[in-house]
Amino acid sequence: MSFAGRVAIAGIGATEFSKDSGRTPLQLALECVKAALDDAGLTPADVDGLATFTMEENEEIAVQRFLGIDHLTFFGRVHYGGGAACGTVQQAALAVSSGIADVVVCYRAFNERSGRRFGRAQPSPGAVEAPTNWYVPFGLATPAAWVAMFARRYMHLYGATSEDFGRVAVADRKHAATNPAAWFHDQPITLAEHQASRWICEPLHLLDCCQESDGGVALVVTSLERARDLAKPPAVVRGAAQGTARHQEMMTSYYREEIGGLPEMGVVARQLWRQSGLRPADCQTAVLYDHFTPFVLVQLEELGFCAPGEARDFIAGGRIELGGELPINTHGGQLGEAYIHGMNGIAEAVRQIRGTAANPVPDVENVVVTAGTGVPTSGLVLSRDAR
Amino acid sequence: MARPPRPTRDRDSAFFWEGIEAGELRVQRCRACNALRHPPGPMCPGCHSLDWDWIVSSGRGEVFSFVVHHHPPIPGLDPPCVIALVEIEEGTRLVANVARIAPEDVSVGLPVEVEFHRIEGDDGWVVPRWVPRA
Repeated sequence: MSFAGRVAIAGIGATEFSKDSGRTPLQLALECVKAALDDAGLTPADVDGLATFTMEENEEIAVQRFLGIDHLTFFGRVHYGGGAACGTVQQAALAVSSGIADVVVCYRAFNERSGRRFGRAQPSPGAVEAPTNWYVPFGLATPAAWVAMFARRYMHLYGATSEDFGRVAVADRKHAATNPAAWFHDQPITLAEHQASRWICEPLHLLDCCQESDGGVALVVTSLERARDLAKPPAVVRGAAQGTARHQEMMTSYYREEIGGLPEMGVVARQLWRQSGLRPADCQTAVLYDHFTPFVLVQLEELGFCAPGEARDFIAGGRIELGGELPINTHGGQLGEAYIHGMNGIAEAVRQIRGTAANPVPDVENVVVTAGTGVPTSGLVLSRDAR
Repeated sequence: MARPPRPTRDRDSAFFWEGIEAGELRVQRCRACNALRHPPGPMCPGCHSLDWDWIVSSGRGEVFSFVVHHHPPIPGLDPPCVIALVEIEEGTRLVANVARIAPEDVSVGLPVEVEFHRIEGDDGWVVPRWVPRA
C-alpha cells in the first residue's frame, strides 16, 4: 500500500462548537481551514488540494477564493455524509502519495443546529426521494429511527440492553466533562439519567443520540517527509480505508441475512489492520463514531476488539472510560463534544498522538478512528512518528 | 392529522404499488433464476438477468425487528407508534407500520399479516401495514 506510513496529518483546526454560530457556514469553513494551516505552520499559498464530503454546503472553490489560494490541482468530495469523514483523509493521502498535490486540507463546516437540523424527519414531507421510498412513507424517517431498527435486532440477538448502550453515553459525557472545548463541558451524566431520559425512538433514549452542532473542523494532510519539517509532530497515516458491504443502503441495510453487525465496517477494519500491520491491541485509544450509542458496541466487534455480541461485556467495568484499558472518544465524542460528522474525532486522535488532548491517554502510539456507521463508511489508523 | 409523505414510484417499483392498490402484496421475482428480491430493482444481483415478473405473497410474516417512534413529530404518525421490519413467508422483508396492537405487546417474532390501508383524501393512496395474526 503506497501511502500507508508515508503521509501525515500535520495540522488541525476548529471553530468553537455551539448551537448558534451567528455566522455563515462559509465563514466557519474559512476559520477552521485557516486555523489548521496556522497549526501546521503553513499558509494558504502552500495549499493545492481540498477534500470534503457530501452534505457539505461549502464549495471547494469558495473556500479557495476567500483563502486566496491561487489554484488547486486536487479536489475531491466523498459520498455518503458522515461515513466519509475518514475517507477525506484517504483521498488526501492518495493525492499526496501519488504526487497530484503537496498539501491537501480536509474540512467540514456547517450550522447543523441553527440552520438545517439533521435530526428532523428527512426529507421534508411531500417529496420522498427514491432511496428512502421504502421507509419515509411509513414514518421511518429520522436517523434515530433507522438506527433503532438495527439496535432492536442487536438486542434480540445478543441480549444487549439499553443500559449497555447507556454506558457509551456515560463514558462520552464523562470525557466531555473535562474537555473545555466540549458543548457538554462539566456536565457528566449517570446511567440512571440515561435511563430516565425520554424516548426518541425505542429502543433509543434521548441520551443515546448525538447532538446537533454548529461548527467546523479542518485537517492538513501532507507527506510525512514534509510534515517532519513543520510546526507540530506529525500524526502518521498508517491506514486509511473505505468500505461498503453486500446489500448496502444508506442507513437502512435491512435485507442482509442478519442485521446485528456492520459488515461495511468489517471491510474497513480488515484493510486498516493489513495496511498498518497493527492489530486492535496495538491501539491505546480509539475514536468510534457515535451518532447513536448502539453502533459503538457493534464497531468494537467489527474492528476486532471483541467477538460479535460480546461488546456489552467488553465495555463493562469502565473499560472504555479514561483510566480503563481502551478509553474511547476522549474528547467526549459526538454526544459530548460536538457532532461535526466525525472530523472532530480525527482531530482528537491527532491530539492524542501529540500528547496535547484535554484528556490525555498515557503513551499513545496508535489510534484507530472510524467514520459514520450504518452507511458506506471509512476509518483511519494514526500513529506517532517512529523516527 | 397530517398525511404521511406519498410514496414515489418508477418503472422498477410501479408493480408493487399497483399491487397494493389491487389488494396484493407483490414481490419481484427473477424470471431466469426465480430468486425473489425487495426492494425491487432492474437486475437480479444473483444471475444478472434483467427479465423479471412478480409473485403475490401470502401476506403473512413475522416481525424481524421494530421501533416505537416517539419524537420528533412525523406527518401521519400518532406516537407512540410501531414501525416494523417484517420477514414474509416467502423470505423477503418489508418495512411498514403496525396497527391494532399496543406497542408494549410487539416483540421480535410476532406473527403478522398484511392489510391494505387507505390514506384519506380525494387524492388518497393505499399503503400496506402489518396487523397481528391470530
